[in-house]
Order: sequence, then structure tokens, then C-alpha cells
Amino acid sequence: MTSSKFLPLSTEEHAAGNGLVSRRWLLRTGFPAVGALGLTSGMVQAEELRVPDWSSSPGLDLTGYGQPSPFESEVVRPTLPLFPEGIGDGSGVSFTPLEKLAGTITPNGLFFERHHSGIPEIDPAEHKFAIHGLVERPLVFTVDALLRYPMVTKTCFIECAGNSLFNSFDEAQQRTAGEIHGLIGNAEWAGVSLAQLLDEAGVSPEGKWLVAEGADAAKMSRSIPIEKAIEGDAFIALYQNGERIRPEQGYPMRLVLPGWQGSMNVKWLRRIKVVSAPVHTKDETSKYTLLQKDGKSRQFTYEMGVKSVITSPSPGRELGAKGLYQVSGLAWSGAGRITRVEVSADGGASWAVAMIPGQAPPRALIRFQLPWQWDGQPATLMSRATDETGAVQPTREAWYEPYAANQIFHQNAIQAWAVSGNGGISNVYA
Amino acid sequence: MSMRKFGAILASAAAAFALSLPAQAQNYGEAISESDLANWDISVGPDGVGLPAGSGTSAQGATVWAEQCSACHGEKGKGGPAGDLVGGVGTLKSPEHIKTVGSFWPYSTTIFDYVRRAMPYYAPGSLSDDEVYAVVAYLLNQNEIISEDDIMNAENLPRVEMPNANGFISYWPVANQ
Repeated sequence: MTSSKFLPLSTEEHAAGNGLVSRRWLLRTGFPAVGALGLTSGMVQAEELRVPDWSSSPGLDLTGYGQPSPFESEVVRPTLPLFPEGIGDGSGVSFTPLEKLAGTITPNGLFFERHHSGIPEIDPAEHKFAIHGLVERPLVFTVDALLRYPMVTKTCFIECAGNSLFNSFDEAQQRTAGEIHGLIGNAEWAGVSLAQLLDEAGVSPEGKWLVAEGADAAKMSRSIPIEKAIEGDAFIALYQNGERIRPEQGYPMRLVLPGWQGSMNVKWLRRIKVVSAPVHTKDETSKYTLLQKDGKSRQFTYEMGVKSVITSPSPGRELGAKGLYQVSGLAWSGAGRITRVEVSADGGASWAVAMIPGQAPPRALIRFQLPWQWDGQPATLMSRATDETGAVQPTREAWYEPYAANQIFHQNAIQAWAVSGNGGISNVYA
Repeated sequence: MSMRKFGAILASAAAAFALSLPAQAQNYGEAISESDLANWDISVGPDGVGLPAGSGTSAQGATVWAEQCSACHGEKGKGGPAGDLVGGVGTLKSPEHIKTVGSFWPYSTTIFDYVRRAMPYYAPGSLSDDEVYAVVAYLLNQNEIISEDDIMNAENLPRVEMPNANGFISYWPVANQ
């Protein structure tokens, strides 16, 4: 196997310290050659192929709605109720299992949940959505009425502002990438432009804010600057990844504000009231605000910051024998496009530029990857994203600098995974 | 409706008819009056807009609290499984800060808005407006912001100055440092 073309890598062929492999080398060789990386010695001899049972008789019958293979039964959302049983049942979160998925689209059944009072069972024939307040014509829409408008289609992420909450603890928690960073999902949404509906109602000149409200028992409500709708990209989604939105995502309709705090993307949307100033709901004062060390709190911090996480390797996706691996992960920014993702295998001492798609959509998850030649020694893997505004993902220490202890909202710090000599992966603050 | 407003609507309707028949055909909202929206219009602003008629005092609220709230939020707003709503005033600058309704919430009107829309957790909307005012008064009194006899109603509640009223910095559209 070994040829002169695939000589072991010299130091300058590496993109960064501790084995990160350059894109240039990859392009030149086409793909990582096992010979070049010294992996030919242990090649295993495969057994003779036999014909399995499923190739010898017809399989199962047709199904109305397909389900994942039973062999994938462990690919589920870890759930976390926020209160003891009997206190606030239905209020909690479930996490997208990021480390068990590939690509960038989150399957509908695995898209994270955050409910403030359970999932309402809404009959779409009974559901109504109203626009009123500072408008010329208060209006109410049925689901069927909304389905008659021209549809906008957009792929974007929705991220809970409290994502990465387990990294707010003083000690690093030993949890999976999904459990730490999985309060995010990415989908192709289809629905109706909010600007068009507001235009139909006729917003008065003094109408500067919207109060969006859900039909759930918590009647989740948030104030939203009207600019996000009138000059922006807000829409009411009816479809998610091609099918009608799931009950836990707001069936029959939810607000989508690309790039902004998840809780503002109000699910089970029943009402938008046009007002002149924010109404300071519980979820924009008591919650979803950030207490600083000086006792003041940041409010109306809508945009989700630039962020990334390595999903492989990560806890639960341990390494085997030393050798070549693909470091792969997700990056995103509420401010727009991701322009750069860097990976470090030496705890941030040196960084290599990872491969990202050339035409990545803004405010959507992108997948990055980079080959890594692991030498079997302890290492610390990190990823660091940059977006089109020039914003760079901060270290955990830098992120916490202005804030009081244990603040959880908008935490977009660099995630570090420690790799042990036996290939185990753990969460570390580095 | 003023003549001027009526004229503006006529003009815009005429313009839409003349220039944009397809757009006109895409109006599928049904007209509804604000009075027919009243059951849903439960938003209350810091200026008190949206507060209903009715009133309550902390003394009245104590009864409602014991029956409807204490199981989750503690006997006097502390020590319950759903977190403290009372205490912590003055702690926000300390490492052991305690965020409660009293120490953290900037507007008293938010308490009314939230209790009426979402509490009690298993039967939101079951309290009368008088009971909501009373519970709000109880929480404000337990936090030593109003006295036991102060009457909370649409007029008085927005006037209650919360300890952390000036504790927030707006980051929209830019950081208001």
C-alpha cells in the first residue's frame, strides 16, 4: 500500500499542533491514505460473506407513516423535567441528541423541546390567530386562511437562550454534547410572512412593538420589536421539514424569528398585539435576562451569538485505536453566516481552519470537519466559530467575565473535550 | 372614527383596488372587534394598560395564597419546590445573589400579568381578578414593598416602585449603557 506519494506527514503538512491535518494535504492526496498514516500494519482479514435472512424472504408491509429502524431506538431526546413530579408537570426541556446525528437538519421527532406548561392538544379546526391592538383593522385568521397565502420557505435554527446550561455549573458536568448544547434544532420551515399579515391589519404609526402569545396553558408571551417583522424575516411557520409542525413544536403554528432567542419563537401562536412599547412579560424580565457582576441586568438581548461544538468525538462517541479520525461538529450564528470554524487539538495553543460549506445559509446550522491524526496521547479538542460580522466565539472565562455566577442565557463559550489515553472523552473547562 | 381616518381608509382601499387586485385577493383575515377579543387580551403593560377592574389587599391574598399557591411556592413565598418568590432584596451585586419577585422583577404589573395568565399552574385562569390583585398584593407585602392594608387595583398597582426598577439595561436595538 505504501507509496512515495503517501509518505508519513511531515510537520509542515499538519494544519495545527497535535495532529490536525491540513486541507491542503487532503486536496493534494484526494483523501487520507491509510498507508500515509501508518495504519496498514493491523489490517484485519474479513470473514466470508453469507446471505442474511432479510435477503431470503419478503420484508415488512407498507406503512402509513415511517418510523426509524428499531436498531436506532436509542436515538432519542434526553428529557429533563424542571420540577419534582406533581409540581409543574409538562414544564421542562428535552435535548436534541446532537452527537447521534449527522448533517445539519434536525429530524422533527428529535427537535429539542422547551415547554412552560406542557404541550396543548390543539384541534386546528378550532384554532384562531388574532392580530389586534394598534392596527386599523383587528383581524382573526383560521389555519385554513393562513394556508391560502403565498408561502415563504427558510432553513434556520431555533436555539433556546438557556442552551448549554450545564456549562454554567462551577464544575464541568459529564454529559453528552446533546445534553449540554442540544437545546437547538435546525429545520426547513414553511409559512406565512408576518409582515404581510401585519400589512393586512394596517399597523398604526405608533405601533412599534408586538406582543406574541401562545395558546398553551402558560400563554407564553414575549414583546418583539416590530422591525423584526416589518423590515425583517419573521414568519409564522405551519410546516417543519416538509410536514405540518409537530404538537411539541407549536402545532398548528408557531412564530419563527430567525437567529433570535428560542422562547420568542412563540409556539401555538394565538395572538399578536401591536403596542407602542414592550410590556415586560415575566419571560423578558425575570427570565431570559443576564445579571452582571455590578448588579445590573441585560435585557432584550435577542440575537443568539456565534457558537460551535464538536459532536464527534464527544462523550458517548469515544475513540478506539490511535490513528486518523474526522473531527466533526456544528456551528451557527444568530447574526448571519458562519465564515470560519477553527479546531484545536492542543487546548487552544494552536488552531487549524476546518472545512465548511461554501454556500452556507445564514442563521442555520452548518457542519464542519477536519481530519485528526490522534497519537494515542491525552489531548484537548476545541472548536471556535467566527461569523460574518467578525464575532468570534469566546472562551468560557471571557464569556463569564461581565456576568454574575451561574448565568445561563446566551452562553456561547468554546466547548473543550478532553481525550484520555484510552480514547475516553470528557467535558472540561479549559 | 374620524373623517380623516375614514378618508385614509377609503383612499387606501381605492388604491389597492386600482393597483393591486391580486394582493387584494390575498386578504384572508376576518374582521373582529376588540370587544370580541377581550377574553384573550390579557397583556398588561408597566403603565397599567390592560389591568382590569377589581382590587385586593395582602390580607385577602394570604387566604388565596394558602389555598392556591403555597404548595409550590412555599408558605410565605419561600422554601417551596418551585423556587422562592420572596426575599433577596439588595443581594444582586453579591456572589450569592437571590433573584425573586421582590429583588429582581422591575415592574409590579408583570406579577399581575403572569399570575392571571399562567397561575395556578394546574388551573390558570381560575382566579377572579380580585383574587389576582390580592395575590399580587400578598407577594408585594411579603417582599416588604407595600403594607398589609394597601389596596392593589388598576390605579395603584402601576405606581408601586419595585426595588430593582432601574436594574435593567436594554440591549435593543443597541446596548443602552
